[in-house]
Amino acid sequence: MYNPFSLDGKVILVTGASSGIGRGIAIECSKMGAKIILCARDLKRLTETYNLLEGQHHIIMQADLSRQSDIENLVKDLPSINGIVHCAGILEIIPVKYINSNVFDKIFNINTLAPILLTAQTVKLRKLLSNSSIVFISSISGISIANVGEAVYSASKGAISGFVKAAALELANRNIRVNSINPYQVPSNLLNKFTEVFTEVNMESTLEKIPLKRVGKPEDIAYGAIYLLSNASSWVTGSNLVIDGGFTLL
Amino acid sequence: MELNDFVKKIAAEFDETPVEKFSASVKFKDLEEWGSLTALSIISMIDEEFDKKITGEDLRSCGTIEELYNLVLAK
Repeated sequence: MYNPFSLDGKVILVTGASSGIGRGIAIECSKMGAKIILCARDLKRLTETYNLLEGQHHIIMQADLSRQSDIENLVKDLPSINGIVHCAGILEIIPVKYINSNVFDKIFNINTLAPILLTAQTVKLRKLLSNSSIVFISSISGISIANVGEAVYSASKGAISGFVKAAALELANRNIRVNSINPYQVPSNLLNKFTEVFTEVNMESTLEKIPLKRVGKPEDIAYGAIYLLSNASSWVTGSNLVIDGGFTLL
Repeated sequence: MELNDFVKKIAAEFDETPVEKFSASVKFKDLEEWGSLTALSIISMIDEEFDKKITGEDLRSCGTIEELYNLVLAK
């Protein structure tokens, strides 16, 4: 059957695959025929994701991406791949005047440094085949909008937006495409962190701000990732795909 | 940290409300300036000063500054 969005035969590395958007992307990509390499710290939850995948020959590679040595070992052991989806991320809510280097390092290490180093290593060791695609799961925070307490988080995602453009330009020579997806809030452990602090945030007031009148699902983001990983987006690089139910229109 | 100092710390998290308005018996959430940013600032201040994590729910359960002080000490 004609399907330009098929991932049949493609090997895709998904970080942060143990929960939330990462898990959703791993599952949906497997349904499109991809062989998934699942990466995260938590082996138990990775195995849960593994058991939800369709098809065969998926692999679990446990790594703590906040450690440079783990990134290096992971890439060394990687087979040749056709794509990466950088989903691992953290959110810490902290007002501007309480920002310190500890919290800055914690957020930037996972959200910014880890995906950039992982990309660099895979390029250096030539693990990405020609016509590969790298997808960063970023955020509309720091690119289109801002939230109170998210200054460092926004900065970490804004940095990714800049990296995507320069890397897209540089890697075009190797026919490797680099794009990002900027989602609005999708229920996940990350979002729980937000509602832990802002208990007054309730579903009704959130829905009023979303023209399409529902919160996002991991699948909504996954379908965007499938497009960017597939041959359907062969001529798309350096772009930010906003998936937000229309939130940024208001 | 003594209760009086705690009151001063809480007062410092409010940018517009005059410091004289603050005392241990003040219901801080009734202040006009109360909002998500002050809530967040108080959570961060308590984390930095006491090395203790309180949640939005904890704040919600307290009326006066003294109640919050006791909650923090009990953590």
